[in-house]
Amino acid sequence: MTPSRRTWLRGLAAAGAAALVSACDRIAGDKAVRTGLRGAERLNQGLHRVLFDRRTLAREYPDSAISPDFRANGSINPADPDYRALAAGGFADYRLVVDGLVERPLSLDLAALRALPARSQVTRHDCVEGWSAIARWTGARLAPVLSQAGLRPEARFLVFHCFDTLDPDAGEDGRYYESIDLVDALHPQTLLAYEMNGSPLGIAHGAPVRLRVERQLGYKHAKYVRRIEAVAGFSHISRGKGGFWEDRGYEWYAGI
Amino acid sequence: MLTPPLHTSTVLSKLLAPLALAQRPRRVRFPGGYVLSPDPASSDAEAALRPGPWTRLAHALIAASVFLLLPSGLQIFNAHPALYTGEVSRFDSAWLQIGARDRGEAMTGYLRIGGRELDTTGVLGWSGPPGEAEKRAFPAWATLPGYRSLATGRNWHLAAAWGLGLGLAAYLLAGLAGGRLRRSLVPTRAMLAPRAVLADLAAHLTLRLPEAGGYNLLQRLAYLGVVVLVLPAMIVSGLAMSPAVHAAAPWTGDVFGGRQSARSAHFLGACLLVVFIGVHLVMLLLNRPLRRLRGMTLGVQETRS
Repeated sequence: MTPSRRTWLRGLAAAGAAALVSACDRIAGDKAVRTGLRGAERLNQGLHRVLFDRRTLAREYPDSAISPDFRANGSINPADPDYRALAAGGFADYRLVVDGLVERPLSLDLAALRALPARSQVTRHDCVEGWSAIARWTGARLAPVLSQAGLRPEARFLVFHCFDTLDPDAGEDGRYYESIDLVDALHPQTLLAYEMNGSPLGIAHGAPVRLRVERQLGYKHAKYVRRIEAVAGFSHISRGKGGFWEDRGYEWYAGI
Repeated sequence: MLTPPLHTSTVLSKLLAPLALAQRPRRVRFPGGYVLSPDPASSDAEAALRPGPWTRLAHALIAASVFLLLPSGLQIFNAHPALYTGEVSRFDSAWLQIGARDRGEAMTGYLRIGGRELDTTGVLGWSGPPGEAEKRAFPAWATLPGYRSLATGRNWHLAAAWGLGLGLAAYLLAGLAGGRLRRSLVPTRAMLAPRAVLADLAAHLTLRLPEAGGYNLLQRLAYLGVVVLVLPAMIVSGLAMSPAVHAAAPWTGDVFGGRQSARSAHFLGACLLVVFIGVHLVMLLLNRPLRRLRGMTLGVQETRS
């Protein structure tokens, strides 16, 4: 084979492969196709809810299993001015707001939060990227907070609004937020954690308060929580999918 | 004219007619149940080993699912291209890692396994068209989608996993129900005789493959290993990585020695499957590919001259 013909054939093969890859990508990333695939997400969630006891506890580990290197992901040092001001004051002015579809909206400072029924647990954190780490989390159980606020009958989800802007280019939609249903909200291991490994939560891990919702992937565990809003639905919030990463294609049900 | 009552089996066989067409030697069924078979020889043991319609459907479903699971799995792997043992990730002691580093003038990609490091620039760690190369563990041509999107990869992977689960369940049920799995895949006592094992090995090494007949020893061991060991292990190790499944069924992780070990096993299982599929396809191409392909897809009867 002459060199020129070889080059030509090689170019043809490369062009063919590139066309194939881009055709695959068009199909793979197509909105309708992905919506269809998300049907599997509902199937997975439904199956988990049917097969598994809703109160099943995630495994808890001995202190000796605590990871020496617990990676921090997402925002690790929010630049938002209101957050910087709070952090500068040692979070003395921090207030956790609980509102929305509740009978008695709450505004809790850290002392009030620490006075609430607490739980301490050593659990494994699984990042959607694939890595895992174990830590001891201590915080107020979410269920008693909700009964103090009094959920209204039409409340179905809790939306966690956060201080950090993870995508500054997206304007208001760049703010981190998350949402969970009442099955997870009332689970005994679901905490508003203010301590990690026995010390106040550090900024990289979501100071002063982060959500622990064991049995789901890391991105559900909202850091820097400022407000918990009880809602009947979340389609009106941000881009409507119930969370920062959900708005960017990730599953709302992050049990897998 | 008398219309016979429709039995479910009749309806099923009608529905599956396009698949089952000529799967068995053409038989003429006369009223009264008398069957005329034009070729008495074709009802021998070999015919009993031919894949039935359920096996063929299950094979198609499994093949299609794995075809999607492998590249979408690599997309997911690319989000954190390192593997660990045990329950958690000790980030400084990954036993396998793919990455890229700046070597002065140019970026190089590497694959590190244990203490050994290979330069894999262009394929692993650092790849892409000239001028547009980027840091990515597996190259664009190996992932679904080609561009970097963990979310899309997960959408595909978690949907296609249903196809594998259902396909494998159908395959195993069909194989166990009819005894086909035992007859066609479990090695016979005769095959395990030392002389027969050596003969089979020699036949494979010299690529003198048997023309017809049931599966030989290595084939049986490979197929059996994949359907009762590797594929089920892929499903269990996949489930182990789900935090919700792990909470309800911690044994899924424990059987591998922890979640990160399960993730490693999932990756190694995928490598085994790639090797298996490669050999499977080469063997198919070497041994009357069209006839074999027809046998596993349409179920057309093997013709004899």
